[in-house]
Amino acid sequence: MTALASAKDTGMVETTISASPNRVIDIDNLSLTFQTNDGPVHALSDIDLKIDEGDFVSFIGPSGCGKTTLLRVIADLEQPTAGSITVNGVSPQEARLNRAYGYVFQAAALYPWRTIAKNVALPLEIMGLSRAEQKERIARNMELVNLAGFEKKYPWQLSGGMQQRASIARALAVEPDLLLMDEPFGALDEIVRDHLNEQLLQLWAKTNKTVVFVTHSIPEAVFLSSKIVVLCPRPGRIYDVIESNLPRERNLDIRESPEFLKIAHRVRDGLRAGHSYED
Amino acid sequence: MTDTTLPSPRNNLNPFAGLMSGTVGPVTVVVLSILAIWYISAAVLNTPFQQEMYERAGQEHVQFTRFIADTWAQERPVLPAPHQVIVEIWNTTVEKKITSKRSLIYHSSITLSSTLLGFLIGTSLGILLAVGIVHSRVLDKSLMPWIISSQTIPILAIAPMIIVVLNAVGISGLLPKAMISTYLSFFPVAVGMVKGLRSPEIIHMDLMHTYSASRFQAFWKLRLPYAVPFLFTSMKIGMAASLVGAIVGELPTGAVAGLGARLLAGSYYGQTIQIWSALIVAAFLAGSLVALIGILEKIALKRMGMAR
Repeated sequence: MTALASAKDTGMVETTISASPNRVIDIDNLSLTFQTNDGPVHALSDIDLKIDEGDFVSFIGPSGCGKTTLLRVIADLEQPTAGSITVNGVSPQEARLNRAYGYVFQAAALYPWRTIAKNVALPLEIMGLSRAEQKERIARNMELVNLAGFEKKYPWQLSGGMQQRASIARALAVEPDLLLMDEPFGALDEIVRDHLNEQLLQLWAKTNKTVVFVTHSIPEAVFLSSKIVVLCPRPGRIYDVIESNLPRERNLDIRESPEFLKIAHRVRDGLRAGHSYED
Repeated sequence: MTDTTLPSPRNNLNPFAGLMSGTVGPVTVVVLSILAIWYISAAVLNTPFQQEMYERAGQEHVQFTRFIADTWAQERPVLPAPHQVIVEIWNTTVEKKITSKRSLIYHSSITLSSTLLGFLIGTSLGILLAVGIVHSRVLDKSLMPWIISSQTIPILAIAPMIIVVLNAVGISGLLPKAMISTYLSFFPVAVGMVKGLRSPEIIHMDLMHTYSASRFQAFWKLRLPYAVPFLFTSMKIGMAASLVGAIVGELPTGAVAGLGARLLAGSYYGQTIQIWSALIVAAFLAGSLVALIGILEKIALKRMGMAR
């Protein structure tokens, strides 16, 4: 992480293979078709997308537009049927094997027989880190998501919001430069959601991680993102890509500003246009 | 589980409601009902023989209470009364030396040892089969039909074969009987564990995938913990089946020791009281073993944080 950042400062990365040095995800003409009993389903069609280091990219669109599928393709949880994709310059499978990303699911997906600390430790155990290193990372990341003091609790003893924070700590403990989040706050109430959005934004501003975030909430997408990708369904494709000019440091008040509303308006237009294709 | 913590608000209205809210009340009622039905049945079933006895002795106009008492005190009744069985059990356990051939504790221990050996082998075999089946499509396709069809064969038919065949190759004593227990107990464990090892949610499997976990890591850290509750449930069934297997294994071989042998000897000599006491002891044994697994289950789930 720091090596990459300093390399960028000195311009050394220019000499590496890739044309765009800090390109994290490069998707070219990608399609994914599921074969079902009712015939083929075109989940993704002709997707072209570039994501650079430090971007906070949101996928937004109505359900069935393939936003989760696209995230799962990046994570090597689904295989594209056409086109190409690279993550950190290599195939998604290699990137996964290199543990290039942390993935946060829609549900917290904590293991019920493990305490919160043990849940955060799970990926670290699998990576084979030393006990001391595990302990240090658990403490640091639980602190980061404001869960210090809940190490010995079991998941069912925590609220939904706390469980989701624990799952974020678990993803962060891997210390990935790339964070993939699939509607992580979808099941939470507005207040908790706002709070977690702020925390996530602070984390992003602090660490220069690349975040790919799936949501169906317009304010959430606009508030968090540096780039908003609007998808539309049948077949799932990109309708609009909106670069946000909001400052990197934001707080919830920004949602009242004219710039914010302008972007939100454009996202809404995109979603509406996507919907108009429906019968 | 928590019947003692929250008294029902209806308690205030019905003075007897509290009596039935715990486990003690209902269990007592059921036990008393069984005893009542048993005593009545014993009196009815033993009546013909009792009348015959009175006729032979030339007794007439026997008082009703005396008549009933006599039907409950025959030496070889069609159906012995509960207290006769209890006295027999008392005499053959507490009153007898454990080394005596008439001690039920001695016979129980013989049956128990082959039950436990068979259960141990059966459970291990069941777990191994389940692990293989879950991880290999070939094993799933090839083994599963055989495992299921193995249980359609009547155990009473196959038990003598197993014992005769094993005797022919020089294996005798505990192991042949244990094999029959194994035959019965591996099945619920195999089926339960296959279900348990396959039960993790997709999202949990996906999580393992994003960590690039090996199959062994996914098994050890996800599938196995998920299967633990299934394992205990199937072990309870397997344990009861093991005891049945051990008793069945003692029946056809003319075994001289074990609860099965007691049952067989009892039926040869018309010793119904002996048969019933062996049956009751066998049932008690099975109940205790299953309860023991239940306790282990509670401890294990508590340590895994799954008991709430």
